[in-house]
Amino acid sequence: MSTLLTYTLRIADDSLILSQRLSELCGHGPAIEEDIALTNIALDLIGQASSLLEYAAQVQDEGKSADDLAFLRLERYYLNTLLVEQPNGNFADTIVRQWLFDSFRVPFYEALQHSKDMQLAAIAEKALKETRYHWKHASEWVIRLGDGTEESHYKAQEALNQLYRYTDELFFMDEVDSEMINTGIGIDLESLRPAYMERLKMVLEASTLSLPTNNWKMAGGRLGRHSEHMGHLLSEMQYMQRAYPGMEW
Amino acid sequence: MVEETKIWQLLDEVPDPEIPVLSVVDLGIVRSVHFNDGKKVDVVVTPTYSGCPAVKAIEKSIAEHLIKNGYEPNMITQLSPAWNTDWITERGRQRLKAYGIAPPVDEVDKNALFSEPPVVPCPRCNSNNTRMVSQFGSTACKAHYQCNDCLEPFDYFKCLK
Repeated sequence: MSTLLTYTLRIADDSLILSQRLSELCGHGPAIEEDIALTNIALDLIGQASSLLEYAAQVQDEGKSADDLAFLRLERYYLNTLLVEQPNGNFADTIVRQWLFDSFRVPFYEALQHSKDMQLAAIAEKALKETRYHWKHASEWVIRLGDGTEESHYKAQEALNQLYRYTDELFFMDEVDSEMINTGIGIDLESLRPAYMERLKMVLEASTLSLPTNNWKMAGGRLGRHSEHMGHLLSEMQYMQRAYPGMEW
Repeated sequence: MVEETKIWQLLDEVPDPEIPVLSVVDLGIVRSVHFNDGKKVDVVVTPTYSGCPAVKAIEKSIAEHLIKNGYEPNMITQLSPAWNTDWITERGRQRLKAYGIAPPVDEVDKNALFSEPPVVPCPRCNSNNTRMVSQFGSTACKAHYQCNDCLEPFDYFKCLK
């Protein structure tokens, strides 16, 4: 697999899998406004995934479509982070997951829009505007929940305690990244940490929540090693294409 | 040049599928038109939002309309520079309002948390005494508002910059 293909799939799969998770809430949101908000965010993410996967299919040049890449890969070939495949849980879990992800995605797209790869840069420029809006929405909810009732504070803190271990993987880099950085296409993720921490701190302070003190980190998704939740997610996401190959609507 | 002016006029007859009072030209998503020899014409279109389901439908209806008028269109999707709501024409804004959708107003820094939502005049009674019901609305491009004076709920076409 070419380096550019792997690099593009890693970005695409984060959007694709998080979109699938949020789509599960369609018709099940805690309130109508939130149902609409979460599915709107899912729609933006599927749009980003679609642009990225179309580009990936073009880079791959094996006659496959974006849909083939989205629906017909085996679990080990999805390169999303473990964070985005974690279950929706309660509303605090969903919102904290979104907030952690968007706090990374905003500075990431800010950097990627200056990539030497024109297509990745264009997708990032477009996606950045949407992602800022998602970040704002998630951040305001984290503050409302954290600084809300005793129960909402407890649940938001629990969500953060559970999910924070997956955030280090957002900064995972290997030889794929080294090559992409050297060619001016990729982003040195380590350089984004200050901007990411700044975004977290801004919200944490107002929310009265705190980062968990234990330093346990989990990773593997970028190399195709997923948590137990991924197979269940894929079985639902891929069902129609597996049952009725080539179906369209 | 004469041909290109004719093509722009034809494009102005193609409605947005979600907001049919707007043409694709009003919406500012047709970025350029290049007429080549014979009948061939390149039409460059940019999407509003990444996931907007109307994008494919719009490209299809543009192509169909041009074919009907004797052209051979080649549709090109261009992501950069990214679409923003300043590209909606003045006529487009007036048409939105007449249709009951409040057109975009300039918004303060959207990164600011809990910032006051923008003052959006009610498209029915023009009152500034309105409130945001939900940051997200029936489509990716809209937020949901209600007028406190005439009580009419309405869509607000969000400012995107």
